[in-house]
Formats: sequence, structure tokens, C-alpha cells
Amino acid sequence: MTAATHHLRSPRHRIRTGLIVLLLLIAGSAAVQEATALSVSEQPASGATAGENPAEQDSAGWHPAWRVLLLTDYNVRIVVLGTALLGTAAGMIGSFTLLRRRALMGDALAHSTLPGIVAAWMLVTSLGGDGRAMPVLLTGAAVSGLIGTASVLALRRLTPLKEDAALGIVLSVFFGAGVALLGITQQMARGSAAGLNAFIYGRAASMGRADAVLIGVAACLAIAVCVLLFKELRLLCFDDAFAAACGFSVLLLDSILMALVVLITIVGLQAVGLILMIALLVIPAAAARFWSQRLQPMFLTAGILGGISGFLGAVFSALFVRAPSGAMIVLVCTGLFGVSGLLGSARGLLPRLRKRQKLNRSVDRQHLLRALFELQETRSSEDTSADRSRTAVPIDTLLEARSWPLRRLLREIRRARNEELIEWLGDRVRLTRRGAVEAERLTRQHRLWELYLITHADVAPARVDRDADAIEHVLEPEIVADLERLLEREQTALPDSPHVLTGPAHSTSSSERADS
Amino acid sequence: MTHDRSDPAPSRTSTADGHSGGTARSDDPRRSAAPSSGCPADIPLSVSDLTVAWDRKPVVWDVAFDVPPGTLTAIVGPNGAGKSTLLRSVMDLVPRVSGRVEIFGRPYRVCRDRVGYVPQRESIDWDFPVHALDVVTMGLYREIGWCRPIRRTHREQAMQALDRVGIADLAFRQISQLSGGQQQRTFLARALVQNADLYLMDEPFAAVDAATERAIVDVLRDMKQHGKTAVVIHHDLQTVPEYFDHVVLLNMRVVASGPVREVFTSDNLQKTYGGRLTLLEEVGEAMRRRERSL
Repeated sequence: MTAATHHLRSPRHRIRTGLIVLLLLIAGSAAVQEATALSVSEQPASGATAGENPAEQDSAGWHPAWRVLLLTDYNVRIVVLGTALLGTAAGMIGSFTLLRRRALMGDALAHSTLPGIVAAWMLVTSLGGDGRAMPVLLTGAAVSGLIGTASVLALRRLTPLKEDAALGIVLSVFFGAGVALLGITQQMARGSAAGLNAFIYGRAASMGRADAVLIGVAACLAIAVCVLLFKELRLLCFDDAFAAACGFSVLLLDSILMALVVLITIVGLQAVGLILMIALLVIPAAAARFWSQRLQPMFLTAGILGGISGFLGAVFSALFVRAPSGAMIVLVCTGLFGVSGLLGSARGLLPRLRKRQKLNRSVDRQHLLRALFELQETRSSEDTSADRSRTAVPIDTLLEARSWPLRRLLREIRRARNEELIEWLGDRVRLTRRGAVEAERLTRQHRLWELYLITHADVAPARVDRDADAIEHVLEPEIVADLERLLEREQTALPDSPHVLTGPAHSTSSSERADS
Repeated sequence: MTHDRSDPAPSRTSTADGHSGGTARSDDPRRSAAPSSGCPADIPLSVSDLTVAWDRKPVVWDVAFDVPPGTLTAIVGPNGAGKSTLLRSVMDLVPRVSGRVEIFGRPYRVCRDRVGYVPQRESIDWDFPVHALDVVTMGLYREIGWCRPIRRTHREQAMQALDRVGIADLAFRQISQLSGGQQQRTFLARALVQNADLYLMDEPFAAVDAATERAIVDVLRDMKQHGKTAVVIHHDLQTVPEYFDHVVLLNMRVVASGPVREVFTSDNLQKTYGGRLTLLEEVGEAMRRRERSL
């Protein structure tokens, strides 16, 4: 228990560090926003016109690379910070929706915002107002997004359709309706609908200061809710039945999670675009899973990866004027995902391969030691001295004992020698003292398992050696202890092999062939 | 169902017969938290007139039984007999068509703190990024409350529960890296930290190793000694008399319920498990006859 209680401190410590990192992030961004607002007070027009006149931004969007990367330009700076915060929040929310298996709900929601955006523009424009005012468009987006989400839930609840079909229908119908409405706007006499396209693919360059601040505030709000309700959301995603039994309202928690998705999707439309918004909600979270086996670090990693994606995506889209920021963000996201999938410490491909290789090597090692041990045993069973397992064995005999190629055998001998388990005596090898102890332990484990297979699993003694081989390498100490209990063995005794050992004292070829 | 409701079982099934849906619904737990008629506060679990249906197809039909305090009760019945549904409806996890469930004489809604729950192991995604201690700590979330952080004392409590089921050394392992038995013990530990008076367990013995079975039985006996009550869905008929002192034989309806010695008879088991088989065989026979006549 003492070691365990000592460990108890670390998770709490990690939470605290995480919270501090978050707060620093939020505070830092707020400070930068303030500072930039002050520094550019002499050119107040830049922010205002940027928000109102997105078409103009295309030409003004070109900056020399260094200016962009160093964020010296005010407009670039707020846009980049805004999208970075957006990515952070989306990554964090995404961790929960991914684990709740609601990831695609965000996609349906984002797609169903389009008719709302266009309809809001048409309505306000025809009433003589400014159709492109952001509050108007985002309200429209939120309303139709919610209608879309409700339609998915209704389809699933009221018809026998499964979730994927419901999502597919709603997503395409709403998006189709939006595109159709967009076509109609082109023929309307009043107003210009030119900026509306930006919502489909995302154009961070068209964001103004007010938009970036809106994104920042919404993102900070979403992050704060995630952190506050971290415990409850984790319970919801892990085991909703238990959550309900404990009195946590699953409906309420699900609604909160959905509301966060709505919030972040709506504010993200302008920067990322409605088609690609799903990427920010899914990819950082999925990538973070490669790095962690716990939700807290996964949550933070997803936030960081999302933040980096938003940041670099916005920077790249400022560098290459014609590239929509949504596409850039998704590409950065995907790059990070690929790196995580390859290198991720918890479940990445390469660490997994390395682990498997390590297992293979340890299997080879165990085979070698046991073969040496058993060869000694059969050869000198009359010799009762403690050192009987340490007579040298010619390499040919070893080669016969197991069906491995010479190269692999030599490689394994070399490795075992480096660890001083085995030593060369001319062209013979023998176990060192340490090696002999280890070999005896392995042999004992192998035989216990063999005995178990024979007595409890009805395996013929002739077959048992190979079967035991296949599984004994994964035996954990507690299972060995169980085996001992089951077979009522003394702690130290080495049982005799339950089958004929293949060694030089016997006709090796026949029994070896029978085994394989 | 081949048997009728006049079973000699000392259960309250027959009393539920006269109730119409109306009376049952008037006992909606939302109406009052006060102990209602005929159900003293010392009865840990009292189910009467309970019917649960999926899409108009009844799964649990007119079920009634009492669980006496300080006992270990097994719920036994064939697959699809509605055992899990019964347990879930006790905790308001599935809507009931009719019926009344009382925990210590009060509705579940106001009595949650006194109930611990061990769900089926298959019900969750074991790939989820949490370790064993995280899972056990979840048993304390209600006590901790909304938005409050998990403190060290909570983790220590969870650690003790893990220790009690014998896997304290695995506390920081991701749950997919636990064996089936260890996963089950983690769930048991989570129920233990809830420090409840009534434990509801859904097949805790399903597909576990011998060591885990022993550990669970030890915990159950320990609970009983401390005056706690456990209702356990169980599928191994052989061990029922050894592990439990009360039994509910369920096959959509309660076939019998009461002390194991009186109720756990081959006659009742035949009614619980045999009825369904006989019916199936009859249907199969009818189908074969029809095929032949065509």
C-alpha cells in the first residue's frame, strides 16, 4: 500500500498542472489581445473593415513569410490566436464526443448550419438590413444546426433507422438545401452574397477582430465547462448506466456536451468552414489517444494538438492566399495525426512494433536457455553436483535441439553472452552461474505449464511441449503462483519433464519430427 | 408459459394478481418519498406488480418479490428471462409499464445513496482511457458532487476498495490490460466504495477465473456479516446453495422466491428452465409437421 499511496499524488498533481497550463493559455491569449488592441489603436479601421468586407481581404491577405510567422501583423495575429484557441477547445470537446461515439453528430450539425446561414442572410437583406452581419449569420447557423441535430435524434427515436442512416440523411438534405438557397441568392437583386461561400470552406483571412474575440471567448467558455465537468463527462462517456444509477442525469450531460459542440462549431464556421469542422472535432482527439492511456493526458494532448493545428493552419493560409484556412487546418491536423499514429507512446505503430520485437527476442532467449538447461539435464542426470547444468554444449547439438536457423541461434547466443547469461568455451557454449539460475526458473515455469495442460486440459504429452511454448512466455508471476497452487508443487522443486526430452542421450530425430 | 400463477412458492406473486394497471401507476415513485403501504423501511428491496416491456413485448411480467435484510439473494433464470432488465428497472434505468419498486421503503430516486451497482462487464468499452483506480473512484462521484474535484482522500478510499478485492497492485493499469476477472473485481471495488446497504450485481461471476470467484464470494460474505444485502444475478445453478441464502427464480415472471432451502427445488427449476424448452420443442414439432404436410 505504501508504494501505492505514494503514487496517488501523481494524478492529482497532473490535473493541477493541466489546469495551470490551461489558465496560462487563456490568460496569455487575453493579454495578447489586449496588447494588440492597444498597439493598433492608431489604425482602428483595420479590424472593423476586415469584419465587414471579407472580399477585400483576399488582396490584403498577402504578407511576407516572416511577418506572418512572427505574427507582427495585427490582423494575422488575432486570426491565428483565435483559430488556435478554437482548435484547443475543439480538441478537448472532441475527446469526449469521440469516446461517447458521438463524433459524427458534430458533422451533421455543421452541415445543417448552411441553410440557416443563407436563409438568415436572405431574410435580413430583404428586410433592408445588413445581411452579412456576423450575429445574423451565426444565429441562423445555430437555429438550423439545432434543427438538424433534433432531426437526427427524431429519426433515430421515431423510426427503425440506425444512427448512421439518420446522420447521412440529415447531413445531405440540409447541405443540399443550403446549396440550393445559395443558388437563389445569386439571382436576388439586393445585396451581395459573395461572402457566404466562406462558410463552406472557411476563410480565416475574412475574420476581423470582433470575430476573433468571439471565437476566443467561446473557446475559453467551452474549455472552462470541459474542465469543470471533466469528472462528470468522463463518467458519462465511460459508463452512462452507472452515471444514471448514481443520479447524474445522462440527458442533461449529453445536452451539455452537445451544446459545447454546437457552440464551437458555430463560432468555428468562419475559420474552418462547415465541411471541415468535423476534422477539428475528431482528428486531434483521435491522435491524442495514441499518446495516452488515460483521459486527462489525452484531453490535454488533444487540446494542444488542436491548438497547433489551428495555429499553423491559419499561418499557412495567410502565407498562401488562395488556400482556404479550413483545408490548411485539416492538413496540419492530419500531419499531426500521422506522426501520432506512428510515434504515439501509448499505442503508436512503432512503439508497438518495438514491443513485439522485444517479446520475440525474449521468447528466443527463453528457448535458448531452456534448451541448454535440458540438454545438460539429459546428458548428466547421474551427476548430482550443483554445477551439472553448466557443462558446455557444442553448437551442433543446440541446433538439433530446436528448429531454428544457425544465424538466429548465433545472434541470440551473442545477445545472451552480452548479458552474461552464457559463455563460450571454444566452439561450445555453457550457462554462466546467473544463466543457470535463470534457465532453471524458466524450465520450471515451462514444466508447470506442461503439467497443467496434461492434467487439466487433456493435452497429449507428446504435444504438450509445443503448446506450452506458445503460451508460457506470457505467464505472469501471479499465474505461475496459481499454477503452483493448482498442481500443489513446492515453491522450489523443479518437476521432471512430463515428456521425453529431446537431447543427445535419445534418438532426437524421431521425437522432434513427431512434435512438429 | 406452461405453469400458472398458483405456484406453491412463498412469494407475493399471487397478491399482485388483483392489481390493475391503474393502481400500480398511482404508486408512481415521484408522488411521495414517504414509506407507502405494506412496505416497511427495513426491507432493502421490495418489488411489486412490476412489468417492463420493450416495444410492447413484455420482458418482465408482473413480478413481485421481497428481499429480506442481511441476505445474499440470487436471481436465477434462463437467458432472456429478464434478469438484467429487472435489475435495471429497479434503478429506474429502463422505464416500467407498471409496478412499484421500493428500496428500504422509499423510491430509488431518493434512496440512491444506499444502493451500489455492479453492471455487466460487457456493458462498457474496456478500451476506454482510464485506469483501474479511475474506475473505482467513479463510485464516489455522487458523494463528491457536481464540479467538485477528486481529492486525495477519495483516491485513498478507492485504493482501499481495490485492496479489499485483492488487486491494489494493478491500480494504475489501463483497464483493457486487466484480465476478465480483474475487470470484474474493479467493478466490484467501485460498488464497494459506494458504501451502500443494498448491492445490485449483474452477473459478477460471468466468465471469471477461480481466484476472482473466491474473492467475490469472500466480499459477499463480508458484506452479509456487516448486515448488508446483495441481490446478484447468477447463472451457475450448482453454486447457488453454496453462495446464497435466498433465491428468486425468474422467467419473465417470478416462478418462485424465498430461502434457497425451500425454493431451490428441482420442480421449480424445471418450471423456470424447462417451460421455455418445452414450448420451443412444441413449436419446432409444429413446424416440422407443417413442413411434412406441404
